[in-house]
Amino acid sequence: MLKKVFSSPTKKSVMKELILKEIDDLIIKSLGIVAFISFFVGGVISIQTALNLENPLIPKSLIGFATRQSIILEFAPTFMSIIMAGKVGSFITSSIGSMRVTEQIDALEVMGINSLNYLVFPKLIAMFFYPFIIAIAMFLGIFGGFLAGVYGGFTTATDFTIGLQDSFYPFHLAYAFIKTFLFAIILATVPSWQGYYMRGGALEVGKASTNSFVWTSIIIILTNYIVTQLLLS
Amino acid sequence: MIKVTEIKKSFGGDEILKGISTTFEKGKTNLVIGRSGSGKTVMLKCMVGLFKPNFGEILFEDKAISKMDSEAHRVLREETGMLFQGGALFDSMNIEENVMFPLRMFSNKEKPEMLLRVNEVLERVDLKNINNKFPSEISGGMKKRVSIARAIVNNPKYLFCDEPNSGLDPKTATLIDQLIQEITRENNITTVVVTHDMNSVMEIGEKIVFLKNGKLVWQGSNLEIFKTDNKDVTDFVYSSDLFKKIRSIQLNEH
Repeated sequence: MLKKVFSSPTKKSVMKELILKEIDDLIIKSLGIVAFISFFVGGVISIQTALNLENPLIPKSLIGFATRQSIILEFAPTFMSIIMAGKVGSFITSSIGSMRVTEQIDALEVMGINSLNYLVFPKLIAMFFYPFIIAIAMFLGIFGGFLAGVYGGFTTATDFTIGLQDSFYPFHLAYAFIKTFLFAIILATVPSWQGYYMRGGALEVGKASTNSFVWTSIIIILTNYIVTQLLLS
Repeated sequence: MIKVTEIKKSFGGDEILKGISTTFEKGKTNLVIGRSGSGKTVMLKCMVGLFKPNFGEILFEDKAISKMDSEAHRVLREETGMLFQGGALFDSMNIEENVMFPLRMFSNKEKPEMLLRVNEVLERVDLKNINNKFPSEISGGMKKRVSIARAIVNNPKYLFCDEPNSGLDPKTATLIDQLIQEITRENNITTVVVTHDMNSVMEIGEKIVFLKNGKLVWQGSNLEIFKTDNKDVTDFVYSSDLFKKIRSIQLNEH
């Protein structure tokens, strides 16, 4: 499939419009849900860490440290990607699947248009902006943690900030964005494959969307394990 | 002109087309008829390149598809228009964008010029002031007409129609049939229509190819089909009460 995605390219002016539309559909329209989830999950991480700090010898700055590590290393890149497998992945599968069922893909092929390039390539390029979403998720997650920790009375702004700066390895950010980039490719290709090669009617479009979510999540989790083993161990 | 020689097509172990040979003539409305499952749509999809035959050859103006290089293939696709059973209009585009789509993909015309052509073909299919509507906002008959407009906007040499009047009321179905025939004659194109609608056979069947179980069992015109003694054809033609009555009147007259 990937070989055909990159062959017989669609006319440049048309492709440019398609890419901009996909950036809007897949990236811009995901910002709201990403911001909402990140902000509140960051807050919950902060509160739960604070509530589990029973030993007076452990400094309160650990709340900021734990929030930062959880958000940057796992929550923002991995779990946000699984949420996106539900949102973006299902959208991709159902939109391509509906086109398959209603012969719109056949119409493209009859016109001599490489339907895989026309449909999948813009999505793949749009998903290169996915790390931008994850960066926002990181920022809002930590910010939510800060507000919940400080205004919930669990820690002070100074302690939280000290924790945020404690033992910070810039490579952790690099690790997070490397895997985010890989997840972006998975999020664009697996749902596209599920939609493009589905057969049947409306019911099968629904089944393909479910399969798409399941398989995208499984591949993300496995990739996460492999990348972590390779880069951090 | 399109020439089909001995084409065979199988899916798994099922042979759907069992060696069909015929010719579809230029400037005529050529009909492929037969019962459901006879292989009509598979044959059409082989001709438009959606399926590759396992055996045999399809020639467009004596050029075999299998011997065409990629550039010749591309040109052939540009010269081909197709009307799908459900219209296959792009849901995400409005009517104007749908009809303009082939022009945007294959021509270097400026937008005002393309718009002029789009309005011209929409007018040709009797549709006005629907440019900004989306496919979900128009009726089935209008969708078919928009689909015809999209198929002819690039002045194709070949027009393929898959069940063009399925799901339409008899009046709209007749209008669609007439439109296809008029466009075929006006532009002198080779039109192939797959149908099992006897009204279409009577209205526009200048050349009719009858398929049964993947084999061509009869070919002729709409004038000849009512005179044939071929049992498969007569069973198909006179399967409805209306045509049975016509047949009995004809026999009484003789």
